[in-house]
Amino acid sequence: MPLSAQPPASGEPYALAASLDNARHLSSLLRAVHFQDHATCFATANGLRVTVEDAKCMQANAFIQAEIFQEFAVQEESVTFRINLSVLLDCLTIFGTSSLPGTSTALRMCYRGYGYPLMLFLEEGGVVTVCKINTQEPEELLDFDFCNTKVVNKVILQSEGLREAFAELDMTSEVLQITMSPDKPYFRLSTFGNAGSAHLDYPRDSDLVEAFHCNQTQTNRYKISLLKPSTKALALSCKVSIRTDAQGFLSLQYMIRNEDGQICFVEYYCCPDEDITEAEP
Amino acid sequence: VINTIARLAKTCTLRLTVSKLYFILSDKVANGGVSMWCELCQGNFFDEFQMEGVAAEHNEIYLELAPENLSRALKTAQSAKAVKIKLTNKHCPCLRVAVELPSLSSSSRIVTHDIPVGVIPRRLWNDFREPSVPDFDVSIYLPVLKTMKSVVERMKNLSNSIVIEANLSGEMNLKIENDLVSVTTHFKDLGNPPWASEDGYQSSAQDRDLESMAEARIDIKKLQQLLAGQQVNPTKALCNIVSKRIVHFILLHEDVSLQYFIPALA
Repeated sequence: MPLSAQPPASGEPYALAASLDNARHLSSLLRAVHFQDHATCFATANGLRVTVEDAKCMQANAFIQAEIFQEFAVQEESVTFRINLSVLLDCLTIFGTSSLPGTSTALRMCYRGYGYPLMLFLEEGGVVTVCKINTQEPEELLDFDFCNTKVVNKVILQSEGLREAFAELDMTSEVLQITMSPDKPYFRLSTFGNAGSAHLDYPRDSDLVEAFHCNQTQTNRYKISLLKPSTKALALSCKVSIRTDAQGFLSLQYMIRNEDGQICFVEYYCCPDEDITEAEP
Repeated sequence: VINTIARLAKTCTLRLTVSKLYFILSDKVANGGVSMWCELCQGNFFDEFQMEGVAAEHNEIYLELAPENLSRALKTAQSAKAVKIKLTNKHCPCLRVAVELPSLSSSSRIVTHDIPVGVIPRRLWNDFREPSVPDFDVSIYLPVLKTMKSVVERMKNLSNSIVIEANLSGEMNLKIENDLVSVTTHFKDLGNPPWASEDGYQSSAQDRDLESMAEARIDIKKLQQLLAGQQVNPTKALCNIVSKRIVHFILLHEDVSLQYFIPALA
């Protein structure tokens, strides 16, 4: 049932107006980046990007292209605002989180512009919920400058291969060490916890490895607490691409297929841990 | 039934009469002002029922107990052959629940739970009278409980209090509002129950404008507890709102009736 919201009295169209037949297409992606209360929303004609940052060295982005929406209109070049992501998720899932076959919540989202709240209209089974969420001044976002042309190593894996590994990561270890190399061990995840070190190797000819482009041996360590939230995105995804650049910056790109078979992406960027000591062989 | 009561009250009063059992919670400050009246016909639950009250003219027994204890005892009875409940007075008054469990050998196993109860003396029986239906402003049927439950659970994350408003055109809104966010859920076509006029009971409701809303702000946790306790859809579910004072919920199942009063917040 399409929800039509009246444009504001001044006659000006909304800065952002979008309609989605199944709100879960949006809420499940946002949950994959929900590890902080606040997020920055950035909308252009291409779609919506929601960014969450942690500790000035980690950034997660969820991309929902305009094509996923039944209607997506942005008035200016781009619209940006900061919003409480926990509240937004509670509103998007107001009718519950269990997905019964055949029932879905329809969503209409309207944003009048700077200083106005984000309006959500959600409908399921004839019941309508209206939410008004206050927005805030967008903050400067980190620019990771992860240049796609300066990628040194890249591996694309089927997510099911990594899920167990990530779920069982030794959290007593402060870091997760990732080794990528054209020679053995090819792709290795290591932790150094209270019980000892653990290494998980993926040979390049394994079925789970879809693509393997490693030019030089690199070993980098990342704070494990920063990467743990990416497990949510991993759980939803079918494939993940792991890339590192010359400075050791890590890019994790998750390909997620929604209930209707459409593809969306979630990305995690992370700086290498600065207290880097000589990596163990 | 006991599970539902256990969720709503830490201690309550059990009143036994020849034909009925009542679970009663009266509106003391300690309960946050809520009160509850749950009534069931013993015939629907028990094959045998024998009781003898204090005296012939007052053939009733009032006991104070913690429903959680009774609920736990009855958990053992899930797959029982028979359950016997007896009021005994060994060292102190107890409700003895004897559960006969099926067993492979010829002799059956019996598990006994002794639940301490307090006997309430007759002089205090007046504290536990059946509450009268308040002079409400609007009476309305509740929406599908599953939807109402989901919405209230989410709203609980966002606010401590919730406003229930309804009118005589079958519309009900649930609203929360704070600095960060405001959320309103609109239910339509709910229907308003007809109340038989008893000495002008309906006088305040009859002259009412159909569209105008009666509202009350209540503690959201209390509402959520009430809804969470409803595992099965009731045969009839409605609420009566006295504007800014109290919300009276009536939930009827085939063999149990439950009334729950939640006062409005100051």
